[in-house]
Amino acid sequence: MQSTSHAFKDNAHGALADDRLQKALGKMKVGFQDKRTRAVARLPEFDQLRDQSRDIKNHVLEHLDLYLERFEDKVIERGGKVHWCRTPGEARDAILGICRSVDAKIVTKGKSMIAEEIEINDHLEKNGLEPVETDLGEYIIQLRKEAPSHIIAPAVHLNKEDVAETFMKIHTTLDPKRSLEEPRALVNEAREMLRQKFLAADVGITGANFLIAETGSTVIVTNEGNGDLTQTLPKVHIVLASLEKIVPTLEDASTILRVLARSATGQEFSSYTTFSTGPRRPEDLDGPEQFHVVLLDNGRTGMLGTEFQEMLRCIRCGACMNHCPVYGAVGGHAYGWVYPGPMGSVLTPSLIGVQEAGHLPNASTFCGKCESVCPMRIPLPKMMRHWREREYQNKMSPQAFRNGLSVWAWFAKRPKLYRLASKLAMGVLGGLGRRKGRFRSLPLAGGWTGGRDMPAPEGKTFHQLWAERQANSSSPGKKAA
Amino acid sequence: MSEARTQILSGIRRSLKRDGASPEMTAVVDDRLRGHQRNLVPQRSALSASDKVDLFVSMVTEVAGTVDRLPNLSRVPHAVADYLASQNLPAEVKVAPDPRLEAVPWDKRPTLTVTRGRAEDRDLTSVTAAFAGIAETGTLMMLSGPEHPTTLNMMPDTHIVVLRADQIVGSYEDGWDAVRGRNKDMPRTVNFITGPSRTGDIEQTLQLGAHGPRRLHILLIDGAGV
Repeated sequence: MQSTSHAFKDNAHGALADDRLQKALGKMKVGFQDKRTRAVARLPEFDQLRDQSRDIKNHVLEHLDLYLERFEDKVIERGGKVHWCRTPGEARDAILGICRSVDAKIVTKGKSMIAEEIEINDHLEKNGLEPVETDLGEYIIQLRKEAPSHIIAPAVHLNKEDVAETFMKIHTTLDPKRSLEEPRALVNEAREMLRQKFLAADVGITGANFLIAETGSTVIVTNEGNGDLTQTLPKVHIVLASLEKIVPTLEDASTILRVLARSATGQEFSSYTTFSTGPRRPEDLDGPEQFHVVLLDNGRTGMLGTEFQEMLRCIRCGACMNHCPVYGAVGGHAYGWVYPGPMGSVLTPSLIGVQEAGHLPNASTFCGKCESVCPMRIPLPKMMRHWREREYQNKMSPQAFRNGLSVWAWFAKRPKLYRLASKLAMGVLGGLGRRKGRFRSLPLAGGWTGGRDMPAPEGKTFHQLWAERQANSSSPGKKAA
Repeated sequence: MSEARTQILSGIRRSLKRDGASPEMTAVVDDRLRGHQRNLVPQRSALSASDKVDLFVSMVTEVAGTVDRLPNLSRVPHAVADYLASQNLPAEVKVAPDPRLEAVPWDKRPTLTVTRGRAEDRDLTSVTAAFAGIAETGTLMMLSGPEHPTTLNMMPDTHIVVLRADQIVGSYEDGWDAVRGRNKDMPRTVNFITGPSRTGDIEQTLQLGAHGPRRLHILLIDGAGV
């Protein structure tokens, strides 16, 4: 998709002023967080499983070439084919080539973030094919010509009234007086409409949560069952996956599966976890006749061996965005590209460049919640700091910001002067603001006071308060908290 | 061998600062792939056989699946017909052409229409066996093959599964051991099925039957045979 990440600030302002979006985000936050907390509490080994999941992926990344070769051998052995693609363009060509070889018209799709990354729908449409999203959320946003706003809940920014409006507008063959007030009615209608597409499709494209080197299997995890119909009914099954999805064995996949659903939706396990290995066997009564794996790099091998290697452990559960105060305030579209939230703030600059996406690593309060819930223990805040450093080194941050930082740094390197200056500043601000206790506007702080008042300092600096606290706690019988 | 393949693999080695793979590295990888070593398996499912069955049933129930415990296979036709009646569904089933279901005396309920094969769009209810039940999360493990077309798991509105209690294992890993124990290739599809199809895509409200079955009903056979 076309990135608007460079416009993050404007996007975020727009999102904050959007009442419908704010209503939808309000519902999301409580749901995901509570459910995850409950699921984690029920599994005493959860943190140990996180450690092991991290170790599995670390091991894989260090041996990535070997596991990919083993995986390909197995896929070929079972009658499938692997298409190696360096760029989105190569992946699009590979997919279109397969579709054309069977004279495909309708292509059903399971949910895949890589599909968004390579903009496959546009490409297929331009070439006269009809791509049909079958995940309910993806279907809704495809009809609305929008991008997903969340990696596991693509339509989380919409309310049911929005969906009803869209279905009324697009499903013109149905009774215009029908009631679409209840979510049940919306789900039933989508099921009816999409069932016909499943049956008519020539090619089904799914993503992959895992690729398994031991068996050459690809794995999808869904709740709806749309991925299974996508890959079982058409003649051709194409799996579109990025190359870091690989794990060694069925046991390793099982370990990571235990942390995936719990982190994502707070379920013990998703409804459908499906392992697909090659095309249908000669004696089978159903299943696809062809099995293709389109394996995409798109800059990922360049992240190996850098400070961003650990990002390649990500299993796309969405826990980081479900718990992020910034995502919770502005939603996914503000981030401007495929991957929103903290994982997007780290990954997007790697994939499309820090020039385009440099704002994203700054869209963080550094509260650390994302890292604390990440099932793969990815140090997201640390990596956002790496990007900020690069941004500074490349002189990409605004001049006023850089000047301010230089002034601060000059004082910070001179502790006596720093303490004196901050003491003076706090004293003056405290005095000025004593009557009202807050400031409605302040020089150089318009970004803050434009939306809210600035509380006036009470007159003492942190250093002073700390010193007093230490003095108190060092007296006998007392202990620092 | 494509140019992209060569470049991607050499790019990985360059990033990892090595030329190729040492024999030691290759051995580590191949041992790991052959060894099927287990990682930590949660204690939850380390139970006696009967407790595993109880855990399986309670986990299935938690995800809106239903379980009917039967003493033997001869009860299956009655259980199916009664269940369909209770749900106001037509007495018609598409049954998997599975030797494990051969012993079911369907003619004991002559009003039940039984056909066999893969699922078609018009089939409202399917009956299949299962390869295993996994107690840990109330998960059914299904292997595709001529005796178990995958479409039967996914297309009908109602999926009825016949499972023997002694097929219930503790963990996913136990399930994989059983798959390997067949000494056959991986089937085209292994489905792990945990409750009926669902979606939360509209305002996070749970709706069953998004694309797959709305109802998952398990007939759990406690005795060994007919």
